[in-house]
Amino acid sequence: MQLALVHARYQLLEIIRIPVAVVGSAFFPAAAMIFFVVPFAGEDSAGATLATASMVTFSVMSANIFQYGVGVAEDRDQPWNPYTRTLPAGPAPRFAGRVLAGLALTYLSLIPVVVIGATLTAAEITLAAFLLTIGTVAVISVPFTLMGLAIGYSLPSKAAIVVAQVVFLPLAFGGGLLSAPGDAPGFIETIAPFLPTRGAAELMWSAVGDYRVQPLAMIMLGVWVVLLAALAGWAYRRDEGRRFS
Amino acid sequence: MTLARADQATRRYGDVLALDRVDLEVSAGELVGLLGPNGAGKSTLMNLLVGLRRPSSGRVELFGGDPRDPASRRQIGVTPQETGLPGTLRVSEVVDFVAAHYPDPLPRGELLDQFGLGDLARRQTGGLSGGQRRRLAVALAFVGRPRLVLLDEPTTGLDVAARHTLWEAIRAFHADGGTVLLSSHYLEEVEALAHRVVVIGQGRVLADDTVDAVRGIVGVRRVSLVADQLPDLPGVVRTERVDGRLHLLTTDADALVRALVTAGTAFTDLEVRPTSLEEAFLAITSGDAPTGDQPATEGRTATATAAAGGRPTTV
Repeated sequence: MQLALVHARYQLLEIIRIPVAVVGSAFFPAAAMIFFVVPFAGEDSAGATLATASMVTFSVMSANIFQYGVGVAEDRDQPWNPYTRTLPAGPAPRFAGRVLAGLALTYLSLIPVVVIGATLTAAEITLAAFLLTIGTVAVISVPFTLMGLAIGYSLPSKAAIVVAQVVFLPLAFGGGLLSAPGDAPGFIETIAPFLPTRGAAELMWSAVGDYRVQPLAMIMLGVWVVLLAALAGWAYRRDEGRRFS
Repeated sequence: MTLARADQATRRYGDVLALDRVDLEVSAGELVGLLGPNGAGKSTLMNLLVGLRRPSSGRVELFGGDPRDPASRRQIGVTPQETGLPGTLRVSEVVDFVAAHYPDPLPRGELLDQFGLGDLARRQTGGLSGGQRRRLAVALAFVGRPRLVLLDEPTTGLDVAARHTLWEAIRAFHADGGTVLLSSHYLEEVEALAHRVVVIGQGRVLADDTVDAVRGIVGVRRVSLVADQLPDLPGVVRTERVDGRLHLLTTDADALVRALVTAGTAFTDLEVRPTSLEEAFLAITSGDAPTGDQPATEGRTATATAAAGGRPTTV
């Protein structure tokens, strides 16, 4: 555990030394917040709160898909990674450290969204609900972390960047993150419950406001977690087998 | 006490046989050089010993345990490839990171001073020169006060001064009772450091002996001259005739030239040149192949056969 923290610390250091990388994962959700949420839902307290929660979901998704998808793929290209496997620790602390660092960066990338929501819109939240959302963020990170790991462990870094970019926009729009709950165009309402983004968003909505989750979206979220975990596990073992067996 | 052992270790990558039934024992206090041309299997053997890869068959052991078990690696030190250092981390941070894995690491300042890196502690590794990065990479092998360090081509690409700094550090570690297994494709480096040399070629151990004995095997010279007839000459391991010139590969050029002169042979245009390690290997692995201008493919077959047939080593 001690070592996992050491690994997390140095991975954070490596990322923070290139501040653009951190700014990048926080920028898109913050920009979407300013262009889509502030002008349209800024006045209505309940609407603005739900929209801010949507943007938080968006941010969690993009931060995780990118930092695991691209980060893991880039690390696999570096000889430093095999070197760490010769240290007397095995792969577990490095992996745990990566997940801890990823979660820390995810929270960091949420700060602009939350600040914009609190200052420029009528979004409101109780302290209890705010604490609940902090926990919910960790929960909804799971499917996107797994998705990022699946991408990162199965593709070379150049391909991983492309796939991460191709995947995350349709997931955001298709899951209805850029429209108020129940207010998206018809076909999106139809497909949304089948995407992991919708289930994640619904958990966030129910954490911040008066929203009742749809069973279909929850079931599909569970299905996604199982599928993505299997895919990430398969990609990880295949990669380990190819390089370390 | 045996610190590292390979017992009939074989490793295949797909169809390629990188390591073929290799036996190796490294005892406490030894400084062993692993000598061989590029592609001979040195790095594969190192990777097996540090637990990065599993042998396809046979066994490898570190301190009597499986190298893939982290506990077996507690007393070893390994060098990353210099290109693999995380570029945004500072030198001091890289050292601290590695040190966190060991119960009783060397103080950072002491380690950096020993490798001439004391002034660079605050620099990001991405901003170091190639030689500085290489020194840092080697220094990392010593962070955890190891009993055995495994250095894979530690000085490749270094200038003379940087190479000597590293050699000094390796000698000092050995003088303190440390055990070293170092691979190199420079005979010179192995001569400067090692007491015992294991020669690897085409995945097999070709020789395992003292530096002097191995120099006799791989320290082959090429004597070339123009002559019609040659008497019987001592120490010739291979004869070739190319474009009217005779090329004699020999382990003792002095004796050969003396014999030539004594026999009163008519010759012109004498040249004596050192051979590359690759040439020396070709000579010792295919010494009993027929000479002359045979096609290259046949030559390779003869080499492989000779190697696989286990040419007698001078143990």
